[in-house]
Amino acid sequence: MEDAKQLEAFEAKIAAGQKIEPKDWMPEAYRKQLVRMMSQHAHSEIVGMLPEGNWITRAPSLRRKAILLAKVQDEAGHGLYLYSAVETLGVDRTELLKQLHNGTAKYSSIFNYPTLSWADIGAIGWLVDGAAIMNQTALARGSYGPYSRAMVRICKEESFHNRQGYEIMMTLAQGTPEQKALAQDALNRWWWPAVMMLGPSDDQSPNTDQLMRWKVKMESNDAIRERFIDRTVPQAEFIGLSVPDKDMKFNKETGHYTHGPINWDEFFQVIKGNGPCNANRLKARADADKNGAWVREAAMAYAAKQMKEKEVA
Amino acid sequence: MNIQEAKFEYLLRLGDSSLIIGHRLSEWCGHGPILEEDIALINIALDFVGNATSILAYAGQTEGNGRDEDALAYLRSEREFRNLLITEQPNGDYANTIARQFLFDTYMFFLYEELKNSKDETLAAIAVKSHKEITYHLRHTTEWMYRLGDGTAESHERLQNGLNDLWMFTPEMFDMDEVDALLIKEGIVPDLNKVKASWEKRVKEVIAEATLKLPETTFKQKGSREGKHSEHLGFLLAEMQYVHRSFPDSNW
Ligand SMILES: [Fe+2]
Ligand SMILES: [Fe+2]
Ligand SMILES: [Fe+2]
Repeated sequence: MEDAKQLEAFEAKIAAGQKIEPKDWMPEAYRKQLVRMMSQHAHSEIVGMLPEGNWITRAPSLRRKAILLAKVQDEAGHGLYLYSAVETLGVDRTELLKQLHNGTAKYSSIFNYPTLSWADIGAIGWLVDGAAIMNQTALARGSYGPYSRAMVRICKEESFHNRQGYEIMMTLAQGTPEQKALAQDALNRWWWPAVMMLGPSDDQSPNTDQLMRWKVKMESNDAIRERFIDRTVPQAEFIGLSVPDKDMKFNKETGHYTHGPINWDEFFQVIKGNGPCNANRLKARADADKNGAWVREAAMAYAAKQMKEKEVA
Repeated sequence: MNIQEAKFEYLLRLGDSSLIIGHRLSEWCGHGPILEEDIALINIALDFVGNATSILAYAGQTEGNGRDEDALAYLRSEREFRNLLITEQPNGDYANTIARQFLFDTYMFFLYEELKNSKDETLAAIAVKSHKEITYHLRHTTEWMYRLGDGTAESHERLQNGLNDLWMFTPEMFDMDEVDALLIKEGIVPDLNKVKASWEKRVKEVIAEATLKLPETTFKQKGSREGKHSEHLGFLLAEMQYVHRSFPDSNW
């Protein structure tokens, strides 16, 4: 059978560490899984603009305002870049946005939590971009060419965001007692959501051998989570803050931290749409789309007129 | 009034206008009509904030009372702000924002073109950098003037309404007083009549090309030179300044 041969060649290519490119043959399950992952990622970038964009107008110094603007601009760029990468798999942005607005597409659970103080901007850069990097450096080794290249490029900027976020937290933690309290409160609220954003634990989400073999998934959620925690807990201690987990302990034998129980019920509630901001975030995106419809129509009408004029000339 | 005082006052006018219009643009963040526009608007807002930072920092040095750019941005109240009234006007719909940006960007383009030749070296250097950015902004907003003006009936009407509503704020851009007179004599700033002539010519051309009508309003809103603003500015500053003011003497 032709398919079996193609599949064999496809898997051999991946096993040899080569990338799959848009024009190459690929199994339907591979394509579907990638569209799902990449579009979720793209949606996360643009929904993620909302909780942070919130604070641009309130940033406490002009320097911080500029840095935050640049960060949110980067995130929008990531979204654009990823939507283009999904388009290489034959699904266009309009279709993907429709799925986002009608609630059938998912995006990262983390953006359904509210940003309540300036310190949250620090916590997001440090923890959320930090967790995203752990996930994305793994994905950069994935088999699909356009996605893997997108990850390499995006990760560089995410590291920058991560450092800036940590720097905000450090400045607050070393500031007045009121500022330090702000930082600790932000860490308390963002810690668990950040730990959870890396996905359900392995026993709840068995990684199919197939996705691993196809290098769509590179590492298990728990392995990525462990790396995130190992890196972040000492960073918190270094600036005099503590993660809100009384069971967090360094295990000398394994060289890793062990953490307390994770409230997966909360995670699944947020995924289901019951997080504190799900409705707001979706409404904001859908409103922007609705309010922008006449602008997009005008741009298309104008472009069509210009085309006609060119043809006549 | 001496030259130093005049220069401080003039720098506040420039810096505040950039700061406030940058703030307005940043309100679009995440809510733009299309992702590419979100990126463009954030980028333009970032340029304005950058320009405001340089100019207000220089204003602080010029004043010589130890106020830096943040002290000037965050610790002055409504009556002390010198931004043009047009910059504080709310975004409205996208056409209104484009109309506001077009009228202001065109002004800034010709003004900074002149400021590049300022005898004040610091101001001239800031103007060189900013003029490059404004050239890009103006191209962007002018393209949208054409797209919306000559797009659909709806976009045409919305943009015409935006222009009509904002027109009364434009004469103020060219008002001159003692501050200007002193600095013009020193070759530090241009005569705004010259800027006005270029502005009027360009605005008329673009409005015609965009199939729009030149607004007929002759009514004039002014007051920013004396810190008399519209009611909008107070709300804007309340939002912009509250974190900074809630934690006095803190580093960020
Ligand atoms: Fe990103
Ligand atoms: Fe990021
Ligand atoms: Fe720019």
